[in-house]
Amino acid sequence: MPSKFSFAFPRPNTRRILFFSSLAAVFVIPVALFGLLVVYLPFIQKDVFFTFVRETLHRDPDSWAGTQWLYGAALLVAGLLLFTFASVSGGIFSWYERRVAGRIQSRIGPNRVGAGGFFQWVADAVKLLFKEDLVPAEADSLLFRAAPYFVVAGMTLTLVALPFGQSVIVADLNVGIFYILAVTSLIVVGILLSGWSSNSKWALFGGMRSAAQVISYEVPSGLAIMTPVLMAGTLSMQGIIRAQGGWPWQWFISRNPAAFVAFFILFISQLAEANRTPFDLPEAESELVAGYMSEYSGFRFALYFLVEWANLWIISAIAVSLFLGGWQVPGLEDQDWAALRGAGSFPPVAWWFWQLLSVGVFAAKTMVLVTVVIWIRWTLPRIRVDQMMNLCWKYLVPAGFGAMLFTLLWQIAVSKARIVQDISGGVLFVLFVYAVFRFFVLTRKNISRVVGDRVDLTNW
Amino acid sequence: MSKLVLRRIDRNNEEMLVNFGPQHPSTHGVLNFLVETDGEVMRRAIPDIGYLHRSLEKIGEIVGYPGYMPYTDRIDYLAAMFANEGYAIAVEKLIKVEVPKRAQYLRAISCELNRIASHLVSIGTMATDIGAVTPLVYALREREAINDLIEALCGARLTYNYHRIGGVAFDMPEGWRDKVLHFLERFESLIQEWDRLITWNEIYLKRLGGVAVITREQAIDYGLVGPNLRGSGVDWDVRRDVPYGAYPDFKFDVPVGRGWAGTVGDAFDRYYVRVLEMAQSCRIARQALEKLPDGETMAKVPRRIKPEAGEVMSRVESARGELAYYVVSDGTERAYRVRARTGSFLAMGIIEDISSGLMIADLIALIASLDVVAPETDR
Amino acid sequence: MTTNEIHERLRAQFGDAVGPLSEPKVDPFATVQAARIVEVCRWLKDTPGVEIDFCEDLTAVDWPKRNAIEIVYHLFSYKHRHGIVLKVEADRAKPVVPTLEGVWKAANWMEREVYDLFGVTFSGHPDLRRVMLPDDWVGHPLRKDYQEAGGFHGIPNLRENPLVELRRLDEVRLAEEAKRNPPPPPPAPAAPKAPAAAPPAASGGGAPPAPQNPPPAPKA
Repeated sequence: MPSKFSFAFPRPNTRRILFFSSLAAVFVIPVALFGLLVVYLPFIQKDVFFTFVRETLHRDPDSWAGTQWLYGAALLVAGLLLFTFASVSGGIFSWYERRVAGRIQSRIGPNRVGAGGFFQWVADAVKLLFKEDLVPAEADSLLFRAAPYFVVAGMTLTLVALPFGQSVIVADLNVGIFYILAVTSLIVVGILLSGWSSNSKWALFGGMRSAAQVISYEVPSGLAIMTPVLMAGTLSMQGIIRAQGGWPWQWFISRNPAAFVAFFILFISQLAEANRTPFDLPEAESELVAGYMSEYSGFRFALYFLVEWANLWIISAIAVSLFLGGWQVPGLEDQDWAALRGAGSFPPVAWWFWQLLSVGVFAAKTMVLVTVVIWIRWTLPRIRVDQMMNLCWKYLVPAGFGAMLFTLLWQIAVSKARIVQDISGGVLFVLFVYAVFRFFVLTRKNISRVVGDRVDLTNW
Repeated sequence: MSKLVLRRIDRNNEEMLVNFGPQHPSTHGVLNFLVETDGEVMRRAIPDIGYLHRSLEKIGEIVGYPGYMPYTDRIDYLAAMFANEGYAIAVEKLIKVEVPKRAQYLRAISCELNRIASHLVSIGTMATDIGAVTPLVYALREREAINDLIEALCGARLTYNYHRIGGVAFDMPEGWRDKVLHFLERFESLIQEWDRLITWNEIYLKRLGGVAVITREQAIDYGLVGPNLRGSGVDWDVRRDVPYGAYPDFKFDVPVGRGWAGTVGDAFDRYYVRVLEMAQSCRIARQALEKLPDGETMAKVPRRIKPEAGEVMSRVESARGELAYYVVSDGTERAYRVRARTGSFLAMGIIEDISSGLMIADLIALIASLDVVAPETDR
Repeated sequence: MTTNEIHERLRAQFGDAVGPLSEPKVDPFATVQAARIVEVCRWLKDTPGVEIDFCEDLTAVDWPKRNAIEIVYHLFSYKHRHGIVLKVEADRAKPVVPTLEGVWKAANWMEREVYDLFGVTFSGHPDLRRVMLPDDWVGHPLRKDYQEAGGFHGIPNLRENPLVELRRLDEVRLAEEAKRNPPPPPPAPAAPKAPAAAPPAASGGGAPPAPQNPPPAPKA
């Protein structure tokens, strides 16, 4: 009898593996990233670090020469961690944005690569890595290659001064917000460089438009930032957050009517700085193909997009820190934090849990703002260049000045009678809650008026 | 690129000659524009067409009269029913055949559905050019429903070849009427949703209001037709003023530009006229379905069509304006000359003269508001 | 006003420059002398009561038998809802017609198209160049005696029948493969009952070679 050779390898159930692995990744990746930050960063705060040097290494931190080196090394590791955080979160935001965009457009969004399309960004990054690294023959080779790195540097340098939690910050500079403003300008340099060095008319258009846009919107941005700085009395990011409270009526946005206006000015200006619609002229796909990025391919191209999505986080984080209370947990005051830290040189283990809570509060608020930014992008059309300049110089700058002046007087009034602040906080909070309620009512009314997806459109 | 153009560039100023197209996410079809600009403001935008020239007029002289019908689809593939109808009407006039009532009604229904589909593409791509991507997806979602309906009717989703010389090819299937009425009911609420989403959006009004104004006299002089003409304030619609087919039986309004965003004849007027026309098309389709008479769908037409020598001009109101067919016959089975005068071809002619002083973003708005499609300009 | 009335008024104004109105088969038309066409059209546009403001179509028909190219003008008035069809005959060897661009701007591009496809020169046109075909195209395609040049800048305009071409390419590929890996010689037939191992089926054309069945174990 002829025997038939049959040996079948057991086929792995790829689908199920992919599903569970992506589900795991959805939770594990953010937890791991945030967890690393939460655990590591408090260690490199100056006081904890010095205690570590004194008690574990048995050296006097002030006089030992190695303190600086060790601290530097620790900071480098922190920077690396943050860069990883930014890159991965850039990828995850791209997935989030595409899913949200899909739902807004009554379609699904990526859903093939992993459950819910969660690994789409991994697939895209890997694909871009494998693409040919083209440098146009006529382009200025050194500048062309260097330009993306300026942009990435601008993004990374900003991250080190962002306060993620009560003690979760790489460098609590006492000129925090000023430093952040200054360093985001590196992105302009990168954009201009890429536009010019591409040696293509379209890229040049895009680069110049973008530079004009970002530089112009730095002014109302700075003016809007003056308001919380005046209210807190310090430029340090942690200081500004500490001057706010946990409850919504204790946030700066409610404490001062001018701060309410300043929040929107800041939000709009940051949207413009991050090149997001309605200000995405430099990347206006329908006009310039890809603007200043049109000659880039492969991973250099991916770097620009990475920075764009990481920028989502950064601009939301700045707005949250300055106006929406940052990491302040409702119900915990400054003295509560000090009490939780304890009197000992090393904080107790339970303290890390409270840190995690503050990071969670911060992340939640930032995610809300990120969702709003994405929502705006997929709803609104684009503003023209001259209209955008108009908006900046004729409306936002005077409004920013007005808010700053008002705040100056307000602070004088507050110093005389603290009750003014609380009244404002209460009133604005109530108004905000009412506005949100009306918004939902109106949305429900709009939805019910349209027959919408309740019709069977299956093919005949 | 034309030598004439090169000579005109002023090299002393900082002006560049940039190619806008032919591959471009924004231009509607394969069109090229040579733009003389200093970076943002254009001195002139010279259209450069011909990338989609398929010598359809020459082909008309080779295939016979009935055989040309699928080619007419390609004259404007987004609004193919009108192209079919125009040619059918021209040849029917030549051979002196009368189309039965039911066929005329079916023609009207299919044409109005096609008008809605074409306008959906037009306004959807216009919104995308201005920057809002979401309205395009909504428009295409509705258009999918229309595509499915027309596929049930004639078997094709884009190039229909549905009308025949003497009538229409197929009668409507069972249950189709209810599906169309169901769709129309749902679609009318979409127009309101669309208005709330994008039409009255502040940014949209600012981008389109007062941009690329074409006055009444200019519109008539340059030969613009259809929504471009009506957007500039001229109250003219071939369906109402020189009626053909079943249109005398229907009651409908003709939207005319009123300067909703400030100036009569700006890009917003041309855009909004299209939105309102979709609502009117729903109305016509509904009336046609309710009054649909029984009867034949095709008249008795000889197998070999051999009209006597002569010439004829027929006009239909296509989605892009008046589509006129000029057919010359010399007594044989093949046409001597077939000519399709399309609205987009004349719309290209006005771009060069209107474009001086506009910004590049406005050029995009202009092209999108004129609803220029490459197959119509090049044939 | 009907077409007849417009024609009568034209005759009254211009006399013999405007020919008689043809019989309506199906649309009637009137031939105008080429030299006077601009005057005629300007009169049509400006005269109150006629006011033809829409140049609906401007095209040409090639009549090699009559040695003429007819330029056809379809004119219409929005205001009065009347129209007329005019024709101008141009000599086929050297067709020159005055331009109507000064009367109706719509004529600009349509005349460019006629120039492009028929070769008719419009004297006085501000920008007479080809509109659809490339600038260096030779010939005027819509003429009845147009011969295709057989390619453009080295791009051929004919190709082999794909059925023939693909078959030829397949045979070339198989020949090359056979040269590189010569097929094993067929084994000598063993027992009369054992079926000879079939040589790999190589059907001429695109069918992939049939998978070889393992030779059956020799029966004892």
